[in-house]
Amino acid sequence: MATYPIRIRALLKGDVTSITAIVSHPMETGLRKDDAGKTIPAQFIQVLTVEVNGKKMMESHLNTAVSTNPVFNFKLKGAKLGDKVVVSWTDNTGEKGSGETTIIPG
Amino acid sequence: MKHRIALAAILALVLHPAYAQEKAARKGAKPAALVTSPAEQKDAATLEFEKFRTQMEQEGNPAELHEMRGEELWKAKRGAKNVSLAESCDLGLGVGVVKGAYVQMPRYFADAGKVMDAERRIVWCMVEKQGFKFDDLAKRPFAGGDYTPEQTALVTYVAAQSTNMKIAVPLKDAHVREVYEIGKEVVNYRAGPYDFSCNTCHGEDGKRIRMQNLPNLSTPQGALTAVLGWPGYRMTGSVMLTHQWRMNDCFRQQRFPQPQYASDTVTALLTYMTANANGHMYKGLGIKR
Repeated sequence: MATYPIRIRALLKGDVTSITAIVSHPMETGLRKDDAGKTIPAQFIQVLTVEVNGKKMMESHLNTAVSTNPVFNFKLKGAKLGDKVVVSWTDNTGEKGSGETTIIPG
Repeated sequence: MKHRIALAAILALVLHPAYAQEKAARKGAKPAALVTSPAEQKDAATLEFEKFRTQMEQEGNPAELHEMRGEELWKAKRGAKNVSLAESCDLGLGVGVVKGAYVQMPRYFADAGKVMDAERRIVWCMVEKQGFKFDDLAKRPFAGGDYTPEQTALVTYVAAQSTNMKIAVPLKDAHVREVYEIGKEVVNYRAGPYDFSCNTCHGEDGKRIRMQNLPNLSTPQGALTAVLGWPGYRMTGSVMLTHQWRMNDCFRQQRFPQPQYASDTVTALLTYMTANANGHMYKGLGIKR
């Protein structure tokens, strides 16, 4: 089975932490065909969540309009250095992936 | 009334883009190189993309996923000889040293007796040190579809470790100088059904193909444009591509036969181009349309 690495950065500047998550995912729409003319089945992330120290900060619902290997950027107020950030996703085929990092000075 | 017509005429002249440009050119306060010729004028879409590119390169480029994979491959014991590149491969700064290696290649490697660019050197290490077969690596050397060759990921990892470092191809080395001169010959070599050389498009300032501005590779600034952004993540197809791939694509566009993978010719081209950009900053992994 394919592996889906995630790269996450969480940088604290002043009171604002900016988090970047680069997710490896095919994000297939289900509309494309392969070289043999067979439809490539849809596979896309449906739910992406961000947790800081175990507390859910964001849950976003995605669809096929998001590109392959998407990059997510978001800003967070009130987090501290060393806090644990976990980004995880679930796609329509039930596949899951997650990655974590700690907040460092930006 | 007369006054008003004269005013309108002046206004029309001022508003006319060609006149405005001429005026800018005549001002003479700015050096001539800064005056944009019509071919260098960028449309709004290009400017927007450049803004987007800068943001992506700073905030998060999917190329980093390949960098991660490259790092794993660099450190893993692999191949028939079961050794890692980290403990066997010398990129010119010592065995296993990757920091700053990319910006100092192509360079001469005494153990191989050849001048090599980063990708060629990595392939050489994979064959000589790890025991991979060259023919296997050359079978499908560039990314396409869901496939990314291991050597592409490795080049991506190595290149990323030279981010924000100065390009310094060792031109003082006689071997490198020789290959540089060969590269200069190659860019001038006209052939193929259209009788094109690289310099047909890349030897003068201000040339373009459709709306795509073409860098003049004989100038430091032009060469820099051609070096920056490689290896790069191309959003069309979501693939990771190396500078060697770019050379192949130039050959294709010239209607030349495809060059041999990791060959002398490609290294010569990369040496010429990269050395022309010597002294400028390499900005790291790129992102392409």
